[in-house]
Amino acid sequence: MKVLVCMSVVPDTTTKITFTDNDTTFNTQGVQFIMNPYDELALTKALDIAEPVGGTVTIIHVGPADAEPAIRKALSMGATDAVRINATPTDAQFVAEQIAAYARDKAFDFIMTGRESIDYNSGAVCGLLGALLAIPSINVITQLTVTDKTAHLERDIDGGRETLTCSLPFVASAQKDLCEPRIPNMRGIMAARTKPLQVVEPTGSSNHAVYSRFELPQPKQGVRMISADNPEELLHLLRNEAKVI
Amino acid sequence: MSVIIFAETRDQQYKKSTLEAVSYGKEVAIKTGGKVIAVSMGNASDPSILGNYGADEVITLHSDAFAAFSPEIYAAAFAEVCKNQGGKTIIISNTYSGKSISGRVAVLLQAALATNVVDYPDTTSGFRIKRGVFSGKAFAYVELQSETKVLAITPNSVEIKTYGSNAVVSAYQPTSLPASATQIESTQTVSGKVPLTEAEIVVSAGRGMKGPENWHMVEDLATSLGAATACSKPVSDMHWRPHSEHVGQTGITIKPNLYIAIGISGAIQHLAGVSSSKVIVVINKDAEAPFFKAADYGIVGDAFEVLPKLIQAAKTATAS
Repeated sequence: MKVLVCMSVVPDTTTKITFTDNDTTFNTQGVQFIMNPYDELALTKALDIAEPVGGTVTIIHVGPADAEPAIRKALSMGATDAVRINATPTDAQFVAEQIAAYARDKAFDFIMTGRESIDYNSGAVCGLLGALLAIPSINVITQLTVTDKTAHLERDIDGGRETLTCSLPFVASAQKDLCEPRIPNMRGIMAARTKPLQVVEPTGSSNHAVYSRFELPQPKQGVRMISADNPEELLHLLRNEAKVI
Repeated sequence: MSVIIFAETRDQQYKKSTLEAVSYGKEVAIKTGGKVIAVSMGNASDPSILGNYGADEVITLHSDAFAAFSPEIYAAAFAEVCKNQGGKTIIISNTYSGKSISGRVAVLLQAALATNVVDYPDTTSGFRIKRGVFSGKAFAYVELQSETKVLAITPNSVEIKTYGSNAVVSAYQPTSLPASATQIESTQTVSGKVPLTEAEIVVSAGRGMKGPENWHMVEDLATSLGAATACSKPVSDMHWRPHSEHVGQTGITIKPNLYIAIGISGAIQHLAGVSSSKVIVVINKDAEAPFFKAADYGIVGDAFEVLPKLIQAAKTATAS
C-alpha cells in the first residue's frame, strides 16, 4: 500500500498575528512554525493504516527549505520518506497543482490532507487534488478504515455525520475526531535524521490569485459590564441596543 | 456572462446561507453586469422564491445520481451548467458541502478559487475579495486574476436583500456525470437544530461548567434564544462535548451575530475562532479573564448562579 500525505507548515497556534511592509507581508519575526495540526491527524491515520500491511507513507510539502525541521518531525512520527516541492506557494491552487503533478504517475492508493491549514484556511486542497487527479474527494472525515480496495469512512456534513464507502484511489481531508496525533518517540526521531527527503523543483502552475494586503480585525470598543443580579438588563441591551435577539 | 449561485437546500427549503449567496450574487451582477442564475440541485419546494433575493432565473437539476451527496457528481453537474450559461462569477456557500465542491468546480472551470470570503468584492480595478485567514485572527485582500472566479461565502457575512420579484424556473438534465466511486451507507442529521457554522446565535461554554452533566443549562439557554451550542477546546478534549462543537483555532471558526461565552477564559486560540462574531457576551466569575477585553457585554459572576436567572429572563423575553 502506498499513501501520500500532504502537509503544510504553519505558525504555532499561540502566535499573535502581525504584518509588515504596509500590511502586505505576514511578520514571521519570532514566530514558531509547526506542522499543521490537521496534517498530523492525516499522517497518523495514514500510518495506522499502512504500517500493519507493510505499506509506505510519503509526506509531501510545497514550500521553501526552512520547512525542513517540520518535515523531519513528520518523518519522526513514522513517515517513510518525504518530498519537498521547492517553491513558495501563492495560494491553495498552486499547492494542489504542484502536489497533483508529483502524484499523477505514482499510483498512490490514497492521499490524505488536513481539513485546512490553520494559516490560510482555504480547506481547498482536498477537492482541488480530487479534481486534478480525477479521483473522489471526501472532505472532513472523522473515521477511516481501508480493506482490500475499499475505504470505509465517516464524514462531517452540515448538521450531522455520514457513513460511506469509497473505492481506491481517493483523497480525503482529516477532521478533528479522526484520531489522536502520534507523538514521535526517541527511536523515531533518530531514524528521521537519515530518512530520504527529496527536493523537487516546481512545475509551471496557473497563477490565479495574488494576496495584496492583510488586515487585523477591528478592536472592540470596550466591554459594558452588567450586574450578575440583573440578567434582564443584558437581554434588554441585546434586543434594543445591539439588536441581535 | 452571468453570476451563478449553487443553491443549497435543507429539508426541501433553501438555507439562509443560500439566500445570502443569492443576494451576494445580485450585488456582484449589479457591479459587473450579467444575469443572476441560481442552480438548485436539492428538491426545493419552491425554487421561484429565489427571485425575491435577486435571482433572475433558477435552473433545477434532476438526476437519480443526486440522491446522495457526492462532490465529484455535484461539482460536475454544477460546472456543466456554469459553462452552458457563461458563468463568470460562481457563488457557493462556505458550508461543508459548499467547500467540498468548490475546489472541484474551480478546476473544472479553470477558475480562480477563494473560500472563506467575508465581504462583497471590490471591482473598481480588477476583482478583489476579502477572506478570513489565520483562523479568524486576520483578513486578507486577494486579487483574483482569472476570468472565471469561484467564491465560497462564509455564512452570516452579508445581509439578505429582498427584491419582491419571482425568478423564471426551468429544469435541466446534466449530460456528463461521472460514475460515482462513493456509496452512502447512512446519514445522521440532528433535525430541528441549526448547524453551528450557520447559526445566528451561538451559546458556548467552557471548563467553568465543571462537567458535562451541567450542560442542560447551556442547552436551555440556547433553546430559549434559538441558538446553536458550542464549546471550548478543553471541553471537547475531555469529551464533555463532541468535537463538532469545538470553536477556536483548531476547531470551527464561526461568525454569528451573537456569541455568548460562559466559563471560557478567552485564550488566543479560542478568540481566533469567534472574534468575527458581531456581538460577544462573556460570562465569567474571574473579572480578570482575558475574554472580557474582546467582549461587548460582560457579566462577572458564577455560571451556576447567573445562568438560571438568564435562562428565566430569556424565556420571558422571547415569549413576549
